[in-house]
Amino acid sequence: METSTAKKKQDPAFWRVIHVINADYNILYVLIGLILILILTEGKTFLSATNIFNVLRQVSMVSILTVGMFFTMVGGGIDLSAGATVGFVGIFFSDLIVNKGVNPYAAIVLGILVGALIGLINGVLVTYVNLIPFIATVGTMSVAQGLGLLWTNSYPVLDLPESIEFIGRGWLFGIPFPLYLVLLVYIVAIIITEKTKYGRFLFATGGNMEAAYLSGINVKAVCLISYVVCSALVAVSSIILCGRLDSAQPANGANWGFDAITACVLGGTSMVGGKGKIAGAFLGALFVGMLANGMTLLNINSNVQTIVKGIVLVIAVGIDTYRNKKLNRT
Amino acid sequence: MTETILKIEHVTKRFPGVVALKDVSFEVYRGEVHALVGENGAGKSTLIKILSGVNSLEEGALYLSGRQVKFAKPVEAIEKGISVVHQEIKLVNTLSVAENIFIGRPPMNRFGMLNRRQMNREARALLDRIGADIIDEKTIVSRLSIAEQQMVEICKALSYESEIIIMDEPSATLTNKELTLLFQTLEKLKAMGITVIYISHRLEEIFAIADRFTVLRDGQHIHTGNVAEVDRQRLISMMVGRELENEYPKELMPRGEPILQVSHLNRPGVLKDISFTLYKGEVLGFAGLVGSGRTELARTIFGADYHSGITGEIRVKGMKAEIHKVRHATNQGIALIPEDRKTQGLVLDMGVKENVSMAHITRIMKHGFLNKAEEVKLAREYIEALRIATPDENRQVRNLSGGNQQKVVIAKWLAADSEILILDEPTRGVDVGAKAEIYKLLNTFVKAGKAVIMISSEMPEIIGMCDRVLVFRDGEIMGEFSRDEVTQEKILDVAIQ
Repeated sequence: METSTAKKKQDPAFWRVIHVINADYNILYVLIGLILILILTEGKTFLSATNIFNVLRQVSMVSILTVGMFFTMVGGGIDLSAGATVGFVGIFFSDLIVNKGVNPYAAIVLGILVGALIGLINGVLVTYVNLIPFIATVGTMSVAQGLGLLWTNSYPVLDLPESIEFIGRGWLFGIPFPLYLVLLVYIVAIIITEKTKYGRFLFATGGNMEAAYLSGINVKAVCLISYVVCSALVAVSSIILCGRLDSAQPANGANWGFDAITACVLGGTSMVGGKGKIAGAFLGALFVGMLANGMTLLNINSNVQTIVKGIVLVIAVGIDTYRNKKLNRT
Repeated sequence: MTETILKIEHVTKRFPGVVALKDVSFEVYRGEVHALVGENGAGKSTLIKILSGVNSLEEGALYLSGRQVKFAKPVEAIEKGISVVHQEIKLVNTLSVAENIFIGRPPMNRFGMLNRRQMNREARALLDRIGADIIDEKTIVSRLSIAEQQMVEICKALSYESEIIIMDEPSATLTNKELTLLFQTLEKLKAMGITVIYISHRLEEIFAIADRFTVLRDGQHIHTGNVAEVDRQRLISMMVGRELENEYPKELMPRGEPILQVSHLNRPGVLKDISFTLYKGEVLGFAGLVGSGRTELARTIFGADYHSGITGEIRVKGMKAEIHKVRHATNQGIALIPEDRKTQGLVLDMGVKENVSMAHITRIMKHGFLNKAEEVKLAREYIEALRIATPDENRQVRNLSGGNQQKVVIAKWLAADSEILILDEPTRGVDVGAKAEIYKLLNTFVKAGKAVIMISSEMPEIIGMCDRVLVFRDGEIMGEFSRDEVTQEKILDVAIQ
């Protein structure tokens, strides 16, 4: 017995890490499991540099969007319009460049601003009009979908300039460019959630809105900002996607919102707000992306993949509901 | 003659972090009114929840008429003959009396349709049985008074052929006249052989209506006996575990300058022409019945319910204050410790330190970022000063006991440098030890030239701790008593017209 405690004491850092993983990052085990399965079944293809970068590039867009979703969910809301916004912002911004002759960099800024505007509308509907987030964002989802189709009469926008292509396909120092954006977004998000007043207020508001309100926190503004951040990040991932495809389609990324929700919940973000870790959300996004990649490698029918994704979402939310129920049983 | 209908044997109930009931055993006889008394947090509500199937029974046993029973769901308790009439009436306001009584299983005709005539007839019979002749079975429930609604609840319980009816603080919101009505109903129930378990904080009621009583304290069974064989003083000391005198460690302070002046505050439909002054060094009590406007006044002063219909003037330290937002109030040094700490006071999933720093977060900011080391220091300072029982400052407040949770809420506002503390039911659900500590904290607070407003429905607390008491009724201040002249009877007389 003495030896076992001695062993534990020898390597406290190791045990601390295990403890943190057990408490907050169960998803890590699931992710490692998935990777092992893929290595065992499709080892050669899966481990090839091409495929790994392919997965990461694919994941980059959803993982950025996941950060946005994380903000709304921690604040106690949800943004179901995210997927439709990907499509609309892509069309809007590509159309500006290709058909209206706007400078690509100015178009990027305008695209992000339009995204933020959609977030502002979501936020106002939820906080000041007092709609439940589910309904408010399903409404804007439909509006964004319609606008995306209407904008170019359902036609795609093709042939974006090289500068935009670089954002989606380019390489910098041997690493795909979008990964730098992922890194930037996550670093900023971690700083905001861990080190700023806004981050703390967001968690407090999502954890108990009434208590936060009675502590003098402007809970409406806090929630509203979370929606603006979310949609702005949705716009960023939409722009990366356009660069990657060298075109924009109204239906692009339509399911990403749900992928992001799955990623957040798998990574420990609570559906009822106030709880979650950015790093967990990233692992969740990685899992969702790898699952898709793995299924493709294994030649699984794409319709079956959609079914699997749905099942994963339901299981993830089910686990979250179970956890909350257990907490509230006192 | 005396037949045991309900036997509670070695019941223990644990929740994460607390033992709510410790090895409780006692018996209830058929056809008696059995009073269940004890302070807030003594375990009464937990016991009721176990008896009514809301909380599961894990340790110990329940016997109903000699047979062991176990309820997994409230429905099972009702089917076995135990019903609860809650303090807050749980009727559907938009349905009729008869519809409410038979809401779970309305009488059907042979076509599977609602047999309204039979339903009304049976409802009438039930109402007549308990002497509720004044209630028409076809009236919509929202038109009835609270006391009448209670009668409907009782009929509903009878319709399930309940043998035991648990009444959880039925008198809290009743007027004197309505109380008489309730007692008449209880007598009728007794005559029918129905057993009533009666929970009330008002001891005089227990002496008026109950046959036997059981005292719980800190989750433990203290005594079960005949009401005829006990007096008030003895009952109180059983409830609190010691003599009442040292229960309220009040220290008298000289009255200082006015710190908060409220004049002609009106909030349509809620508050009527409220004017009062709070002085430095003072603990001012707000007494009155539930719903008399005390909480609403606190929230109005705190800027939590601001709207343009609110008129009147608030002065803080002589200066006119425009309080339209909670922020405005906190900037003036006003703090509100709300009545329900779990839903209004704390973020339960956050740690002690995050809750403590929440109301004044700029205090732990450095170069625009949160300074975690400073936050830990701040939290530790208050954990020590308020003697909050927690393993460390990171502990989720969800896992603390009620008294310690309340201390965290108080710490939050002390950390925000508040000078006017408004406490709404500060010791509800707080155990005896922590209660006294909270009172001592208030002493220290006012000693520093600050002031406290205490809203409480526990009269001994108001009388024991306040320098002055304002009595509220229907959103108005109806009386004011100094510490020397205040008594429970005087307050009640003003609070109930």
